Amino acid sequence: MNAAGVRLRRSGGATRLVIRTRAGRLSLRVHLRALLVGAGLLVVALSVSLVNLSTGDFPLPLREVLRSLLGQGDPGTDFIVHELRLPRVLITVLVGAALGASGTIFQRLTRNPLGSPDFVGLTVGAATGALVVLLLLDGGGPQVAVGAVLGCLATSVAIYLLAFRRGVQPFRLVLMGIGVSALLESFNSYLIYRSRLDEALSAQVWLIGSVNGRGWTEVALVGGTLAVLLPVALYHGRHLDMLGMGDETAVLQGVPVERGRAVLALTGVGLAAGATAAAGPIAFVALAAPQLATRLTRSPHAGVLPAALMGSALLSASDWAAQHALPGDDMPVGVVTAALGGVYLTWLLFHERRHNG
Amino acid sequence: MEHVLTTGTGTRPALQTAPGEPRNPRSRTARRWTGLIAGAVALVVATALSIAVGSRSLGLATVWQVLWHDDGSAAAAVVHQLRLPRTALGIAVGAALGLAGTVMQALTRNPLAEPGLLGVNLGASTGVVLAIAFLGVGTATGYVWFAIAGAGLTSAAVFALGGSGRAPTPERQVLAGVSLTAVLGAGVWAVLVTHREAFDRYRHWDVGSLADREAATIVQVTPFLVTGVVLALALGRQLNALSMGDDSATSLGARPARIRVLGMITITLLCGAATAASGPIWFLGLAVPYAARMVTGSDYRWILAYALVLGPALLLASDVIGRVLVAPAELPVGVVTAFLGAPLFIALCRRRRLSVL
Repeated sequence: MNAAGVRLRRSGGATRLVIRTRAGRLSLRVHLRALLVGAGLLVVALSVSLVNLSTGDFPLPLREVLRSLLGQGDPGTDFIVHELRLPRVLITVLVGAALGASGTIFQRLTRNPLGSPDFVGLTVGAATGALVVLLLLDGGGPQVAVGAVLGCLATSVAIYLLAFRRGVQPFRLVLMGIGVSALLESFNSYLIYRSRLDEALSAQVWLIGSVNGRGWTEVALVGGTLAVLLPVALYHGRHLDMLGMGDETAVLQGVPVERGRAVLALTGVGLAAGATAAAGPIAFVALAAPQLATRLTRSPHAGVLPAALMGSALLSASDWAAQHALPGDDMPVGVVTAALGGVYLTWLLFHERRHNG
Repeated sequence: MEHVLTTGTGTRPALQTAPGEPRNPRSRTARRWTGLIAGAVALVVATALSIAVGSRSLGLATVWQVLWHDDGSAAAAVVHQLRLPRTALGIAVGAALGLAGTVMQALTRNPLAEPGLLGVNLGASTGVVLAIAFLGVGTATGYVWFAIAGAGLTSAAVFALGGSGRAPTPERQVLAGVSLTAVLGAGVWAVLVTHREAFDRYRHWDVGSLADREAATIVQVTPFLVTGVVLALALGRQLNALSMGDDSATSLGARPARIRVLGMITITLLCGAATAASGPIWFLGLAVPYAARMVTGSDYRWILAYALVLGPALLLASDVIGRVLVAPAELPVGVVTAFLGAPLFIALCRRRRLSVL
């Protein structure tokens, strides 16, 4: 019974892999289908990234790209791959992962498929921070990223404090987010209204979200955020199932409800802030990635990791589409994700109707 | 036995006695009339201020004189060509949004419903943007139709997305509206970034303002507004029936489906026309019915009458505040209403007990 080992177990119609040390001190239960889906998504994300590395104004054969990545390419290829294309591709993958993870946390915490950081005011707060730097302080580059992070953190603290009333009810958090973001939204459109046309246009491109023209600074920013916060999200993510059953049940199961929720929410905020600072407020990925991951793994408890991988795959594919949809025109990736968002919401609409027919 | 419907969730007793409700029906009627007259006086004062106050300060006596005798002086030009049309537009838009908010709250049985929050105003904007950018529509006549089509489509979508579901709570509806708004907004800006001139026109309109609107636009939207106002005022009795729930309404001889369709047409006409004329304005549709309900109780005939005077009074007052606050520059009225309305929304949400997610 208490033997160490790896065994397969079928329960509730799903096959799970159980890894256990002697005496059961450490026991890891892995959802087999989630494992396979995660691996598949990783493969998709990596292959799309490779395609993105090899295509562009100056097409490179895949073999050359791979050799350059392994440090055996010629200087010309190295320059194109390492300086021009790799930062963009890495940012796409990392930002997608951060958005997917952040989206899962918020949707599971609020128990609502629409409770993503796009709609609860976090990305709007980041946008306000960035706009203040861009339009009022005439800053650029890394300063904008700092402004976005500060804006995002300040907004989330404000929302959390407003929602706090004998503990934070998740849904009140969402509503406070909506109120605060309506206010910030109108402030943002005022900032754009009162600035010169050129500045307003470039600010607006930032607001749509783009991975174009980003460098290694941004890669380090979002990569560092993920390296620190993703483990925290994975560790505390196991409470999400219990929290989803309601506070009372979770307390009975020994989950530290208020603290667990605060840690998870903070992690989600941090991930969203890092992603937004690097690439601007890219819509929809945080909304759809968790839902798609749930559907693919056929489990209502799809963890943080499949959603993060789904986000990477989605954003990489979107970036490929953004580069190739209109010949000779490199669109901001946010345009593609917004279009996908429209499709997704329409689907949700019909889905909900069919269910309640 | 006068009751206010505070929620349509059906998960807790939805009836609650209005604060300070007098038991005697006669004194209640007196109170309602007093309130209505006070509202009318407020509207007159706001109108007077809107004509008299501005970046170019004119004496009250001068204003009074040139108001009746257009003597061709500079003062007369300011009053007749700038401030009178602006005030007229403010009255029309304020009445439209106040009534639209009221009808929306009645239809959805949702005290948080508001054309801005539920995305109907942005739907109208989207229609206009598509018309400007892709169909080359440049006249006010064209705008109105596209605005109304956009408003109609989004209101139908929001009702379907948030109104069905297992438990169509007010909060879920707001979330559905906000998500739709986010996707539409992202799409709108994505289109605009590639259309420089349309972008310039749109950013001045998107902020929500009564200044610099073409006289032709006002003339163009008037028939739609008048139809909408008449429809809304005629719906009062049916909305009262609907507020008791579909079953009770049917047993009283009302036809809920027909009332909903009529109400949606009303909202679409009012929001589409108002948004086409002034740009999206937030929170007016939330604040007006709320203030009216505090005095009148739950009778929609009275709430609608109040909305007709309070809407314009609030919008004109906000516009005057915007002119005075940062003189000689101006804050667009949309920014002022957002900064006044968002705290109200937050306070309302904090007070509500959130039982269902």
